[in-house]
Amino acid sequence: MTTQSSSVLTYIFNMKKLFVTIIFVVISMIASAQKCSYTFKGKITDYHDGSPLFGALIQIIGTDVEVYSDFDGNFKIENLCEGTIELQISHPECDSILKTIAIQGDTTENIKLEHHLEEIGEVIVTDNHLKSTTNSGAESTISEKVIQQYSNGSIGDALKEISGISSLNTGGSIVKPVVNGMHSSRVLIINNGVRMQDQEWGVEHAPNVDINTASSITVVKGASALRYGGDAVGGTIVIDGTQPLKADSIYGKTVLTGVSNGRGGSITSSIISTKKSGWYAKGQGTFKYLGDYEAPDYILSNTGSREKDFSIGGGLRKLEYGFNTYYSYYNTQIGILRASHIGSVSDLVKALESNTPTVINDFTYNINAPYQDVTHHLAKFDFYRRFSELGKLSFQYDFQKNNRKEYDIRRGDDKDKPSMDMVLNTHSLSTVFDFDAVQSNKFSIGISGNYQKNTPNPETGVRRLIPDYEQLNLGVFGSLDHQLSENTILDIGARYDFNHIDAKKYYITSRWVERGYDEEFADIIVDEYDTQLLTNPIFNFHNISGTIGLKTVLKNNNNLLVNVSLASRSPNASELFSDGLHHSAAIIELGDLRMKQEVSKKLSLNYSKQSNNISFDINPYINLIKDFIVLQPTGIEQTTRGAFPVWEYSQINALFTGIDASLDYTIVPNLSFSSKAAYIYAQDTENDRPIIDIPATNWTNSILFTRSDWNSFEAGLKYETVFKQTRFPNNDFDISYTTTTNGTITKTVALSEPPKGYGLLHFNTQCTFNWFKKSDLTVGFSIQNLLNTRYRDYLNRQRYYADDLGRNFKVQLTFTY
Amino acid sequence: MKILKYPFIALLVSFSFMSCSSDDDTPEVINEEEVITTMNVTLTNGSQVITLQSQDLDGDGPNDPVLTVSGNLAANTTYSGVIELLNETESPAEDVTEEVADENTDHQFFFITGGSAIASTSYSDTDDDGKPLGIDFSLVTGSAGTASLTITLIHQPDKDASGVSDGDITNAGGETDFTATYAITVE
Repeated sequence: MTTQSSSVLTYIFNMKKLFVTIIFVVISMIASAQKCSYTFKGKITDYHDGSPLFGALIQIIGTDVEVYSDFDGNFKIENLCEGTIELQISHPECDSILKTIAIQGDTTENIKLEHHLEEIGEVIVTDNHLKSTTNSGAESTISEKVIQQYSNGSIGDALKEISGISSLNTGGSIVKPVVNGMHSSRVLIINNGVRMQDQEWGVEHAPNVDINTASSITVVKGASALRYGGDAVGGTIVIDGTQPLKADSIYGKTVLTGVSNGRGGSITSSIISTKKSGWYAKGQGTFKYLGDYEAPDYILSNTGSREKDFSIGGGLRKLEYGFNTYYSYYNTQIGILRASHIGSVSDLVKALESNTPTVINDFTYNINAPYQDVTHHLAKFDFYRRFSELGKLSFQYDFQKNNRKEYDIRRGDDKDKPSMDMVLNTHSLSTVFDFDAVQSNKFSIGISGNYQKNTPNPETGVRRLIPDYEQLNLGVFGSLDHQLSENTILDIGARYDFNHIDAKKYYITSRWVERGYDEEFADIIVDEYDTQLLTNPIFNFHNISGTIGLKTVLKNNNNLLVNVSLASRSPNASELFSDGLHHSAAIIELGDLRMKQEVSKKLSLNYSKQSNNISFDINPYINLIKDFIVLQPTGIEQTTRGAFPVWEYSQINALFTGIDASLDYTIVPNLSFSSKAAYIYAQDTENDRPIIDIPATNWTNSILFTRSDWNSFEAGLKYETVFKQTRFPNNDFDISYTTTTNGTITKTVALSEPPKGYGLLHFNTQCTFNWFKKSDLTVGFSIQNLLNTRYRDYLNRQRYYADDLGRNFKVQLTFTY
Repeated sequence: MKILKYPFIALLVSFSFMSCSSDDDTPEVINEEEVITTMNVTLTNGSQVITLQSQDLDGDGPNDPVLTVSGNLAANTTYSGVIELLNETESPAEDVTEEVADENTDHQFFFITGGSAIASTSYSDTDDDGKPLGIDFSLVTGSAGTASLTITLIHQPDKDASGVSDGDITNAGGETDFTATYAITVE
């Protein structure tokens, strides 16, 4: 009992003591109010991830008082008086900030600094998302310097600098990028954050992007950039514009290019004005003018081209929030080789048998039918808001209007009318939240939707190749980057897409019956005309895609990436609805309403090393595609113009496997060697035969001599070897027609066999002069196809009709200011 | 959080865009203007009239052209021929011959025969440059037997190329607008 009561007493006593102490402290605090004995303390942390910043300088303005933060970011300033103080907080890697603090007793305040100032452009606008989404995906980037060399060319030309990227050409001006053997709808093009909707389904539809708007182009091989779509069976090409500096400045550049082959050139100019506060405005314009190209032995008649583009943009880019607005206009007219326009298969036979084009005229700048006239408008608004220690919310709306007119050789009143005139409008909305505060666990979620309407102009007087349709797409994705260990990152992502397509399509009644649609699709007939049926096909597709991979940094700058991805692509309008005669190919092309989505499963490995004098990259992959949509010949139909082979879209199971490799080696300080090669094996596993139009094995070697003390002198030679594609399906067919001398004859139309391999030598040199205080002039001179080699490329659709481009001298002047 | 208002405004604006563009128009039917569905060739000698026809009413559709020859030609006889081209996908049918006649320097018919039952063909008309056209032509039969007659219309032929003015298609270039091969019997 006594012990108990004594402990209670002790307790009460202690409580009293505490109380007395508290009261004493409070009284003494009040009493000493006017004394300068207060303490101001706090912690300096990184805005982005909340990590403590060591060595930040905290100064009280107007006094000599200054302290530094310790290893934990903590600081303490003692002996402060009541009132307000103004602080300047600075750190070697941060922008200094000013802060006013009210001191009323001991005060604590934590301060966040914007770390990584030098990376700010990248952190905010370049797609660090992309980089994080594809930690383990194989990707390559080409720099502004390389892009500039292609100022007068196209995106497709420049991308061939990357191993594994080739191009599908229609002549010299229509260049579509091919990623690991795949192109068109299988390759997404993201231009300034906007997924291009420019009727990319057609093989003779080049991307409607002015290469001069790009300051970097990244290719992700495979489907791991899920943020942009789940249907990148081939890959994703991300084109980024110039990132404004965060400083008070005005800068820009002008590139003038003149070429001998085509006897023309291009001029492009850009200017950007930036403010330290984050505001910026930019503008850019390009004009290209080229006449007929020339092969080594003759003029390629009607291959002139024009291009007029401009873009403007502006916005505010602060750390915590910002927005960007952007508009670009792209317009091009491209002449199609006159000799490639044929009316019948006997014309094709004549072309195949002739070594030279059937039409060769004198050089001209004029463009006549057949030609394309394409306009693309792109408008975008995006906005972002960063939440400290949480992440970044971004939102984007964009609108695109694509108008493609194709002019054919026509008769009578229709002579000046386009044969195809389609307008494709697309509105897109997307919002993404990137939880990037925790370096070891970055997580992103997003949702996107778009509405698309295609309107072919009926005034053309030609049946619509692609019908009127409306399409609605909705997608959601999530991705995670998890740091497994110091050297290993795991990334994982998933995406779901819903596609709804609602078309109004006319079928010739006889075609409808011949396709067997009268039995399967009788319920979609809306109206019947004399020889045609109006139908209303509606399709819904549900697609799942995903990616999982590991990125490991091994010893000695070796990196290993392993990635598995799943991509699902819905059939495009061309694959579903095409029906009609394709003049340049002399084929009747038929889509199929029964088409399902194609599903790709890709495994990719990437082993790379980067050191001072050697770096290399080896990327083997295997891609299994179920229901791969392919266009292949199935028979012959007679028309009043003669017989035409029929090519139908059908679905097969496909295997794509191959290896891309590149090497850069500095032999001696001023001399470097680089080499790249790509090999693809593509097989239709269902019919056990090769797949058509697969790029041949290619190998490019170059040497470059540089002397920075000779006005940044550079001179290089490049030798490009393209082997003959020996794996091709035999699609040759027999045809009977009547000739003057031999009566009716039967001939095999030998269009399957690829042309023989070739080698091209290129030369390039340049120098930079700092003649003016604030501007540089770079003078470049280059010769493409130095030896004027005659060649035809398997992936050029005009290979049946003419040789490829001959020697070209190019002079390029670049002013940067 | 004030700044968060903007996305919602943009969202609203864009949805209003969407709703105005999704009107439900039925696209109008297009009857192919360029197609030549039918060739009627009339061969006349005195009171004897023979017609040759190639007709493909579904144009580039899957059905083959239907060829008809109304009767047999007489041996060793000269016939005067006239060609008529029609687009019968339109109603009334469009006479394409008129367009060919208007653009006569850009067009030429070629007559190719097989078998000795047709002795020769020749042009009876010329274009504005004095070069052959072939809407009007003449045909001379040989001895009795069978022959084939192929009539081809070439758009934008090179009429200056070797042999083209004599009716040899070999160097004509251009592109085929219409071709038909008729089986002829001469008795």
